[in-house]
Amino acid sequence: MHDKTLTELKAGLQAKDFSARELTEHFLDRVQARDGELNSFVTVTGEQALAQADAADQAIAAGDHRLLTGLPIAHKDIFCTEGVRTSCGSRMLDNFVAPYTATAVERMAAQGAVMLGKTNMDEFAMGSSNETSFYGPVRNPWDTERVPGGSSGGAAACLAARLAPGATGTDTGGSIRQPAALNGVTGLKPTYGRVSRWGMIAFASSLDQAGPLGLSAADCALMLQAMAGHDDKDSTCLDEPVGDYLGALDQGLDGLRIGVPEEFFPDDLDGAIADNAREAMRELEKQGAKLVKVSLPSIKLSVPAYYVIAPAEASSNLSRFDGVRFGYRCEDPKDLEDLYKRSRSEGFGAEVKRRILVGTYALSAGYYDAYYKRAQRVRRLIRDDFARAFKEVDVLMGPTSPETAFKLGAKADDPVKMYMADVFTIAVNLAGLPALSMPSGFVDGLPAGTQVIGNYFQEGRILNVAHRYQMATDWHQRIPGAFQ
Amino acid sequence: MSSSLHNGWEVVIGLEVHVQLATRSKIFSGASTATGDEPNSHASLIDLGMPGTLPVVNKEAIRNAVRFGLAINADIGRRSVFERKNYFYPDLPKGYQTTQLAEPIVGAGEVVIRLEDGTEKTVRIHHAHLEEDAGKSLHEAFSDGMGHGQTGIDLNRAGTPLIEIVSEPDMGNAEEAVAYARKLHAIVTSLGICDGDMSQGNMRFDVNISVRRPGEPLGTRTETKNLNSFRFMEKAIKLEVERQIDVLEDGGKIVQETRLYNGDTNTARSMRTKEDANDYRYFPCPDLLPVLVSEEEIGTLRAELPELPDAREARYVEQYQLSGYDAGLLSGSIATARYFEAAAEHGGDAKLAANWVMGELAAKLNSEDKDIADSPVSAEQLGQLILRLKDGTISSKIAKQVFEACWNGEGDPDAIIEAKGLKQMSDTGELEKIVDQVIADSPAQVEDYRNADDAKRKKKIGYFVGQVMKATQGKANPQQVNQLLQQKLAP
Repeated sequence: MHDKTLTELKAGLQAKDFSARELTEHFLDRVQARDGELNSFVTVTGEQALAQADAADQAIAAGDHRLLTGLPIAHKDIFCTEGVRTSCGSRMLDNFVAPYTATAVERMAAQGAVMLGKTNMDEFAMGSSNETSFYGPVRNPWDTERVPGGSSGGAAACLAARLAPGATGTDTGGSIRQPAALNGVTGLKPTYGRVSRWGMIAFASSLDQAGPLGLSAADCALMLQAMAGHDDKDSTCLDEPVGDYLGALDQGLDGLRIGVPEEFFPDDLDGAIADNAREAMRELEKQGAKLVKVSLPSIKLSVPAYYVIAPAEASSNLSRFDGVRFGYRCEDPKDLEDLYKRSRSEGFGAEVKRRILVGTYALSAGYYDAYYKRAQRVRRLIRDDFARAFKEVDVLMGPTSPETAFKLGAKADDPVKMYMADVFTIAVNLAGLPALSMPSGFVDGLPAGTQVIGNYFQEGRILNVAHRYQMATDWHQRIPGAFQ
Repeated sequence: MSSSLHNGWEVVIGLEVHVQLATRSKIFSGASTATGDEPNSHASLIDLGMPGTLPVVNKEAIRNAVRFGLAINADIGRRSVFERKNYFYPDLPKGYQTTQLAEPIVGAGEVVIRLEDGTEKTVRIHHAHLEEDAGKSLHEAFSDGMGHGQTGIDLNRAGTPLIEIVSEPDMGNAEEAVAYARKLHAIVTSLGICDGDMSQGNMRFDVNISVRRPGEPLGTRTETKNLNSFRFMEKAIKLEVERQIDVLEDGGKIVQETRLYNGDTNTARSMRTKEDANDYRYFPCPDLLPVLVSEEEIGTLRAELPELPDAREARYVEQYQLSGYDAGLLSGSIATARYFEAAAEHGGDAKLAANWVMGELAAKLNSEDKDIADSPVSAEQLGQLILRLKDGTISSKIAKQVFEACWNGEGDPDAIIEAKGLKQMSDTGELEKIVDQVIADSPAQVEDYRNADDAKRKKKIGYFVGQVMKATQGKANPQQVNQLLQQKLAP
């Protein structure tokens, strides 16, 4: 069962080839048996999952088939889930049992989804390797000496290892797409404002966006169909009609204009990575798409701009973790200042502290104009670059990540090198555009991903492109040897 | 800038006024703004700053701010932006206050104040912005009385909508500052956007004060907080002005600081100096979109504005023929205006109502430190009293007696007049008898009166009037007594 996509499992449930309980038990058993090698789950919610599965079976018996009825989903531990610990990968929230449920999770549950558990992640989603988690690193199922990427590393790894057939993630600077690429799965970051942020613990509010990770573009379409939509509880969640993502999958690609930004193929890019992405575009050319050279000159500034804006917002978003109302509190505080200092020093890990300090600095009197304001200007330039490009083309493509999965600890002492791993994904967040990463082959035995970027609310179009690609290729069906 | 010198020093005052908006729910959450309930009974997930929660702005709070802006002829920010003011404090759950800075909802405007001598002065408003209130730290309830123990946090108030109104430093003394504060009070209560209850902190005044020699640059300013009545504000300003002048005249320097005033002891102490000031790291709140106010919305709100203090003042002059000063006093607070208009209507005489409200009633309220809204004599009762004055049932002297009784809760004026037998003597026959008796009892005075000339007689008749009033216990109509006496004393 575990080698099937969500779409196939949905058909199996409807055909009563197996029950939701059998399906859920199968994946729970697999997590139990194999996750010790990966550490992709922080919390497994077996009991609740079985209760939800039983409810799904009753619904199926009654003929009530919803988008996700009976389908097991692993949620990133950044989403608040009522009555279940929501740690955000941090010691700070190790004891935090959320009193409410995030809209994205709730909407999937309303469509019949079964929550398998909560997946591991970089602490507060800050990282590109999943090494900053308080619960230890997640390992890449293609090579357990290597990282799964981050911050949604647990989500991507558990999918690749077929410990779950569908997962949610969040993407602030590439946190869905980069781990999807490094694990050989499909991951979609929707348009900013497409999926509600209510209940999603904030890292950088103007960049954070929730989305699905799946074994195929069709699976991502199915999950997004359930997650997307306006939410009164999130002022930045846009009131745009939700597209028919499933219905758009099969459209032909004849006449599709694919923009190839020269900046996505810099001279110093690993040739094998560049070839991999070009090969994927050639496949789409075969299906009638046209490749168009474009330029996004400002995106070379995206990494520095991002590493001002994201930490600035984070430094403020993380102020609420003060040891007063919830989360970690130090032992025997002497006074208020001691309570703050020690709770935050002990509760946050090194990378989170680094970003809080960077963000605090960037917002400080005397530095605000030089850093935060200038970064916002860069952000507008990047948005304008994309807007110009989308006048000429329908989608943009390039490699998702400049490299495949690297060894655990390889970049632990070099944060800037780590930050550069997001060079192709970050600009998309700064512009607020939708983008996905799809598996496009292997480089030295490790998965590589190709990114498809769409214009605002063109999730249907990029899912369609990825789906057509996946109809012609089988990279997305490859399973790591040890997890067959 | 200043209107008068103070021992050769010019005083410069600016005010920051926090006005709690009377919306039913908080500015960014659906929780109730009700007060007086159990701590944290109105603290929603958002108010608690729970991870993953997001603010959604209360549209009525926006409208209230726009109403205020329109009332002071301010530029309304078609686009205003909420920002985060970052600092740590236990009653600030998110670690930042959501407020406005660079792009406030209300831009520059002005307020005209009238001073006691009748002159008018314009105080410029720099801007007014929307923000959320913090919670409360409850130190006393959890203390062991020896400086130890815990501090409780009550987040019922956290997220209550406020507008902060920032004036230019246009006031030159305590009188002007208080007149300005009263005028703002009148405006926001007339608009109905704030209940104006200062004792509950629903309107809070922070006063920035500096002094300088005329012609010199602005002196270092201090900020005085915790002024929960106009009287305290006046005293606190005078106190701080004296202190600054003393310090400077002794060769000292003013330290930029925040001072806390204690009304019970009429003292103030330093709360924090500039060195303790936080770097608030303001930046636009990424969880909220800029607030856009359309021309159409502004037009609707403008059309719906209720009568404002200045218009009311003009109407009092026009409709009731009151003097400008009286009209200003009566229209200066919505509660006073409502009381006055009700009393005038019930009593059928606006001038009498005005005299009573500003005279007897004001004195009584002042001496017992009561608000007009809590007056023991209702506007209807005062109206009844005025009716009885006008129809001659009682004299103005008796009216004061009836007012006093009414104040003490002895019932409506009619009932009091009846119960105490205070009705003016209108039976001419009975009065004539008493007048005759007084004349008969005072032969020497009669002689004296008759021998005097007209001018002197006018004075001398007073003795007989007094005797008659005494004999009638004040119930006689003085005019009638005068008339009768003149007839009977005529030689």
